[in-house]
Amino acid sequence: MIKMINRVLLAGAVFALVACSSTKQSGADVLIDDLESSEFSTENDDDGVLTGGLGDGNGVSGSGIDGGDSFALEELNNPDSPLSERIIYFPVDSNVIGDEYTGMVEAHARFLAENPDINIILEGHTDERGSREYNLALGERRAQSVSDFLLLQGASSSQTETVSYGEERPAQSGQSEAFWGQNRRVEILYINN
Amino acid sequence: MKLIRLVIISLLLSLVALSAWARPLVIEITEGIDSALPVAIVPFGWDSAAVIPVDVAEIVSSDLQRTGLFEPLDSGDFLSKPTGIDAVKFRDWRLLNASNLVIGNITQDSDVYVIEFYVFDIFKGKKLIGYALRANRGDLRNAAHQVSDIVYEALTGQPGAFATQIAYISVTEKAGKKRYSLQVSDADGFNPQSLLNSPEPILSPSWSPDGRQVAYVSYEERRPRIYVQEISSGKREAIASFSGLNSAPVWSPDGKSMALVLSKDGSPDIYVMDVASRDLRRLTTSAAIETEPSWSPDGKTIAFTSDRGGSPQIYRVSASGGRSKRLSFEGKYNARPRFSPNGEYLAMVHVGNNSNGAYRIAVLDMDVGTLRVLTEGQLDESPSFAPNGSMIIYATEQQGRGVLAAVSTDGRVHQRLSIQDGDTREPVWSPFKK
Repeated sequence: MIKMINRVLLAGAVFALVACSSTKQSGADVLIDDLESSEFSTENDDDGVLTGGLGDGNGVSGSGIDGGDSFALEELNNPDSPLSERIIYFPVDSNVIGDEYTGMVEAHARFLAENPDINIILEGHTDERGSREYNLALGERRAQSVSDFLLLQGASSSQTETVSYGEERPAQSGQSEAFWGQNRRVEILYINN
Repeated sequence: MKLIRLVIISLLLSLVALSAWARPLVIEITEGIDSALPVAIVPFGWDSAAVIPVDVAEIVSSDLQRTGLFEPLDSGDFLSKPTGIDAVKFRDWRLLNASNLVIGNITQDSDVYVIEFYVFDIFKGKKLIGYALRANRGDLRNAAHQVSDIVYEALTGQPGAFATQIAYISVTEKAGKKRYSLQVSDADGFNPQSLLNSPEPILSPSWSPDGRQVAYVSYEERRPRIYVQEISSGKREAIASFSGLNSAPVWSPDGKSMALVLSKDGSPDIYVMDVASRDLRRLTTSAAIETEPSWSPDGKTIAFTSDRGGSPQIYRVSASGGRSKRLSFEGKYNARPRFSPNGEYLAMVHVGNNSNGAYRIAVLDMDVGTLRVLTEGQLDESPSFAPNGSMIIYATEQQGRGVLAAVSTDGRVHQRLSIQDGDTREPVWSPFKK
């Protein structure tokens, strides 16, 4: 049978494909090793907690802060204070802060200026439409807009950090403007230091 | 009349050793072409009492069918089933109107399987090619895809891309908790492997040009960081953890540099990192968004998305810096460019002026400047070319769920790939295996 094969092709093909196969094989073997050695479990555990990161102990919180200046704490936790408002919503593909939010953001700036030990994270978000990486950049620009505004109003750059999640963390899941409008937002998160 | 075929390849039972987070993809051809070539693929000979671990002819048949360019004939209709060249009677195949015939025989030499196969042109009554290849048991599936690559090239003149892989992000939800997973599978969705699992988002997988590493963005530190991971060892390293955004990593074609997006100096901008030294060079400086870089195959230019003109559009800049030039003019939204392997086309996410805000995959012909919309979804994104340029894989939505789909670069053939549950997104086709 083998004599029927075009010998030139055969020799070339066997050489090339054997080389290819051996590479592939080693790749496949270690992939499985990787599955077992990875610090991120591939077992079907539900909580597969990551090492590193902020962890649960000093996590980011959207509600009030614990400890620290009790007066500041009280103000942050007061539901009647403008500081209880912590979400700024944005128009489509825009990072412009609407007039209706300036009073609220000013209040946060004043609070940060008066409490230099208190820090915040500005989380930028977008709706799900369009390209994921562009949305990450758009979420970042929204968070930067709020940060810039806070700094202009007296907060210190050491107090604010921007983190964009793009479209990864929608507040609402649904496919209409009613949902999308809720997702184009920046959330002000006070950090428990 | 459009030829609509539904072919579900679900040999799921063979995938025993999978973790719960690595579900195989199911591929359907949702639209083929009228002129699909009728090809007869005869079950390969196997002269042993033992069960052959992989049905090579079946895999070749599935691979060819998935392209939408071929219509494998039903082996139940075959008048003869030759496994060697002497037994081929062209008349038997002319009666079935087969344009081509593929036969083969597999022998085992201790641990090594030898697959010998031939492709015939029935009309001309002649042999086109004959090859033999060797594979260990664990590599038989991959060897079958290599057979498909050779058959495809014999029939189309273009190299096949069946023996390649795709990387993608899969997201599952259990008890209200999301799990993100970076997966790599064969191009037909088999052998999915998790490279990384995390409760925090994973984004933007990107292959190194030698196919040995992937770069991606992970939020495991609760902030976006860029990591590079060696696929074989799992060894990984954070290569960008600046304040603000670290995103959209893509390797240069020579593998020495990486384009990425940082916001450490202000608005999101494109930077080029020297991979060895980690030195950074800033490529764009506008106050607008610049992101989603894609290297031209010659490594000389980088296409990217910018909203500097008011809406997201595609621009191009020399990889050494300088002024950038706008490339997209049609439509109100063009983003996430990807160069075709020959550099002649740019795939992108496109919203037309009269499309009711639907996000679709379009291809820009770089020479002529014409834009062609290839898909019909509402939220199509993340286009990625096969290394032979024949298909574009992308992410779309089906009943609110993220699924993968592929379209031929000429727009004629459509496929859908879906895992059983959860969201699948951001597919990236691997380079050819080296």
